[in-house]
Amino acid sequence: MEKAKKRRFGIIATIVLALAIVLGIAWAMQTAANNSKHQDTLTRVEKRGQIIWGVKADTKLFGLMNTKTATPEGFDIDMAKALTVQISKQTGVPMSASFVPVASASKIQLLKNTNIDGTISTMTITPERAKVVDYTQPYFDAGQSLLVKKDSGINSIQDMNDPKYTVLVVVGTTAAQMTKQFAPKAHVIALQDYASAMQALKAGQGQAMSTDNAILYGFATENPDYHLVGGVFTKGPYGIAFDHDQKPMVDQTNRALDTLKKNGIYNQLIKKWFSNVPGLDWHELEVKS
Amino acid sequence: MTLLQHYWPVFIQGFGYTLLASFIALVGSLILGTLFAIMQVSSMKWARVFGDVYVQIFRNIPLLIITLFLYLAVAKVIKMTGFMAGTIGLMLYTSAFVAESVRAGILSIDNGQMEGARANGLSFNQAMRYIVLPQAFRVALPSLGNQFINLVKNSSILAFVGGLDLMYQGNMVAATSFDTFTTYIIIGVFYLVITLPLSYYIQYLERHLKRKA
Repeated sequence: MEKAKKRRFGIIATIVLALAIVLGIAWAMQTAANNSKHQDTLTRVEKRGQIIWGVKADTKLFGLMNTKTATPEGFDIDMAKALTVQISKQTGVPMSASFVPVASASKIQLLKNTNIDGTISTMTITPERAKVVDYTQPYFDAGQSLLVKKDSGINSIQDMNDPKYTVLVVVGTTAAQMTKQFAPKAHVIALQDYASAMQALKAGQGQAMSTDNAILYGFATENPDYHLVGGVFTKGPYGIAFDHDQKPMVDQTNRALDTLKKNGIYNQLIKKWFSNVPGLDWHELEVKS
Repeated sequence: MTLLQHYWPVFIQGFGYTLLASFIALVGSLILGTLFAIMQVSSMKWARVFGDVYVQIFRNIPLLIITLFLYLAVAKVIKMTGFMAGTIGLMLYTSAFVAESVRAGILSIDNGQMEGARANGLSFNQAMRYIVLPQAFRVALPSLGNQFINLVKNSSILAFVGGLDLMYQGNMVAATSFDTFTTYIIIGVFYLVITLPLSYYIQYLERHLKRKA
């Protein structure tokens, strides 16, 4: 072959090879995903004697990494521990709870890859998400709200409907879409996590931060210059999520959740985490028997 | 592929921002980097110290920290968007590496070239511009090419400060569609669309300059 022909052949061969590799990986991932679908979560955790929960590590009151002990702490964590104990009782298999910090954007993928068995991570139940994961009954009533500086003059989400305002949200949360729905003219900027969103709010990169009220209360307790306004403008109860088609695990967890609500442990945890939030009547969060 | 059909305006917008940020940072870091390289080899002590300090600082701090610092701290004083903070961060960071490449290029040029030029009556600046720098760039070109390809890939840092780039839009699409794997493959292909022609162009330049020499 002449030189030019040889080179052209080389280029084509490289492209074909690259495509083959990419498609090969895609096919392998697909097969792996199909195989893991048939894996039963309940059987898996019983065999292991441990439930691996995906939890938040950056959300005060729900899941926040304690830097001294290097373990996450919060309402979600305590719920996961209580649920694990209760599921152990129900199934008669002793199980312990272990925790893996997850981000809003990665938790569903981690669930699919079976890196975690379930996730209890301030996750709003949406019909769109319910197509890919299985949800339990709601375990916490939440709704979206706004956190603004006290002297900002902003009183509700409707005030934000102006191109001069920027609302800060977090990637992978429902807040981004909902904010656009309620304030279509406002700019929405999504940051990687709540800590950077709060820092960006302080730096004046936006006039408000929007996410679930429960998470914002955590920030309000830490930053006295900021407060919540306008109440909640969406209803977004939190659910515990498992991989798709995991009915046995979901049923067990729902039963455990019912028991915790009946025997008072749920209300104890609500009191433990939310009784000190300024401006919040924590009795509203309790389950009435 | 339905993902691409459904979200293509989002991807295209991200692609545009990535391209724009890369282009601004590329031109900016080339100018800044050359400036600091000249400072590092200059005969004035203050310029040498200043150039050294600049290069060492920006070469040894992670890009993410530089960018977040601009976005979260500097923005309190000087108003800037995530896109601006990301692009400036990218430019400052890359310029330190460009400076090192150009400096190595300048040092590889025999001292006699400068001496000869000065002896012929050119000033330091003129000698730099017409005699030393053109040769230095030819030497530095392969390593500069690397820096620029890195720059394009590093522009994904914009995603961390809401810079609306490819990576940012990709994260948003992945978060709404839950099809993380396909989304990131598409993103990867989009980056290739920028970096492959860039690397071929640099190879072409190298060959072209070699023929001319």
